[in-house]
Amino acid sequence: MAILINENTRILVQGFTGKIGTFHAEDMIKYGSKVVGGVTPGKGGQKHLGLPVFNTVKEAVQDTQADASIIFVPPAFAADSIMEAADAGIKYCVAITDGIPTQDMMTVKNFLRRFPDDKRMILTGPNCAGTISPGRSMLGIMPGHIYMPGNVGIVGRSGTLGYEAAAQMKALGIGVSTSVGIGGDPINGSAHQVILAKFERDPETKVIMMIGEIGGPQEVEAGIYAKANMTKPVVTYIAGLTAPEGRRMGHAGAIISSASEGAAEKVAMLKDLGIIICPTPAAMGATIAEVLARL
Amino acid sequence: MDIHEYQAKELLSGYGVKIAEGGLAYSPEDAVQRARDIGGHIWAVKAQIHSGARGKAGGIKICKTHEEVAEAAEYLLGKRLVTHQTGSTGKICSRLYIEAGTEIAKELYFCFLVDRSSERIVMVGSSQGGMEIEELAVTNPDAITKIYIEPAVGLQDFQARQMAFAMGLDAEIMSHAVKTIRGCYRASRELDVSMLEINPLVVTNHNELIALDAKMSFDDNALFRQPKIAELRDKTQEDPREMAAADRGLSYVGLDGDIGCMINGAGLAMATMDMIKLAGGEPANFLDVGGGASAERTEKAFRLVLADENVKAMLVNIFAGINRCDWIAEGVVHAVQKLDMKIPLIVRLSGTNVEEGRRIIAESGLPIITADTLAEAAEKAVQARNAAVTKGGC
Repeated sequence: MAILINENTRILVQGFTGKIGTFHAEDMIKYGSKVVGGVTPGKGGQKHLGLPVFNTVKEAVQDTQADASIIFVPPAFAADSIMEAADAGIKYCVAITDGIPTQDMMTVKNFLRRFPDDKRMILTGPNCAGTISPGRSMLGIMPGHIYMPGNVGIVGRSGTLGYEAAAQMKALGIGVSTSVGIGGDPINGSAHQVILAKFERDPETKVIMMIGEIGGPQEVEAGIYAKANMTKPVVTYIAGLTAPEGRRMGHAGAIISSASEGAAEKVAMLKDLGIIICPTPAAMGATIAEVLARL
Repeated sequence: MDIHEYQAKELLSGYGVKIAEGGLAYSPEDAVQRARDIGGHIWAVKAQIHSGARGKAGGIKICKTHEEVAEAAEYLLGKRLVTHQTGSTGKICSRLYIEAGTEIAKELYFCFLVDRSSERIVMVGSSQGGMEIEELAVTNPDAITKIYIEPAVGLQDFQARQMAFAMGLDAEIMSHAVKTIRGCYRASRELDVSMLEINPLVVTNHNELIALDAKMSFDDNALFRQPKIAELRDKTQEDPREMAAADRGLSYVGLDGDIGCMINGAGLAMATMDMIKLAGGEPANFLDVGGGASAERTEKAFRLVLADENVKAMLVNIFAGINRCDWIAEGVVHAVQKLDMKIPLIVRLSGTNVEEGRRIIAESGLPIITADTLAEAAEKAVQARNAAVTKGGC
């Protein structure tokens, strides 16, 4: 099962012919992802990596029956590309692009809200490493080999910290159903809780590792959601214990701007909500192993 | 990106927001000249630094004579002002804004900001201006009104009126208030503002609505399409190391500890710093070297970390995804040799081509301490730091 993507997912690459798009499209194909083509306005009709290039997402969907897309378009044009994908009937889109203006993301989210629930594209990112269902499909820029297929769902804002979690699990023989990067920006396509809801419904996922950061209300909102709606255990680690207030720690979203947004404060609130706290980032694998052993 | 009060006021006045008459000064002579130009018998001499709470820090002087203006200017120019927002080093004041004194009848709080939770712009106002909104939110949350703006249709007049009435403004001033609020909203949208705060927004004795202070921050991601805003950047207000890092495409935040860090990815960087703290140490910095960490980039990152004289040991933690551990290892070896590094270095590599990377480190013959896991890396870094401090103390 897994969530969001599997071996049947038909992938379009937006920003296909660019250097970054090309590099990662090759990597995804090597992993076994079903990449069916790409979009670069003005280059329609050409072939790239042996696959068709289209001018518009609409044409690409008609010709290839693509149902997912991945965005490598530069920040100034990325919001437009996301909306084009949604309009063309793409069901799931990963935006890798880092540096999209916040107001553009407000527009994107508003555009997506106009679709009825069953027709609305799911967006994860921007500024993320993408999504992988190990052994089935990779829609992202992660090193695929560090993920083992299994029963743990991972959701987190950070790319490399997500790799760290997957690698710690693999070292203990624990695999992953799907790992989803939701990105480090203040406004993102899907919050933690949207992904938690999908893991709850996925029969293959037994435990969820939620990797959070300082800044913003999303982790605590996810905790409130989990307490009210979930039967599966959720383990969390919140990065940024040492982060001072008012200083942005790399990610645009990782900034403590109110009293409840620090790591210690979030951890205390999540603990009260019944979320299992992973005491250190080095104990993500071990904590998951303990929780799995108790099931 | 933040700008100064005088810059924010100039921008806002272009959007129909009323401000008191004022002018910029770089010297006491300038300041007196500005006061003469403005006329009247009372002036505010205001230090221009990127921080709120300047009044409390002594950055705003009310003067009744030209001599007092000159004295205030003399006192403030070149001074480092410390507020709770600037950190202990404070911010240097190299510009003053001289403003006509205003007779205040009422002080209000007003702001627009991007709200992450609702993914909309929210308008926040209160009849109790002057104090900080965070303080008010704790002591009297009912005194704060929030109105969310639907992005597709934008701010409506009824919302502006709602806010104006909530701030306790009367009917006589209503049309001016709506104009002011609409102007601020337009500025927020058109200029990619992440926060626009007028605190206080005042009603004068003549029943006029004036922005007595103004603070604006802009979305860094949008500066590429706001060239006029980007020009307003005042580099003297930013940490020089952070600026240097940004110029090299690195993300750096200086902290108070003594274990230097170089990590790829913001989340992993924060997690590694947490591990250092849990192991009993204190990180000297946050440093995300990002994706393609070439040898050149690695060297720049090393220079940046080692420029901090407090650093007693350095930890490199790289999880190679797009990167390859062997490239990183080569970069590290090259940097250590080139910079003739004297302090202990702990390197933990993981991910793509990790064996090759570890081999390069081992065969370099350099006294690099290696670690396989995150926990081991943090522990070894703290041990090495403690050993270096003990040795230095003897």
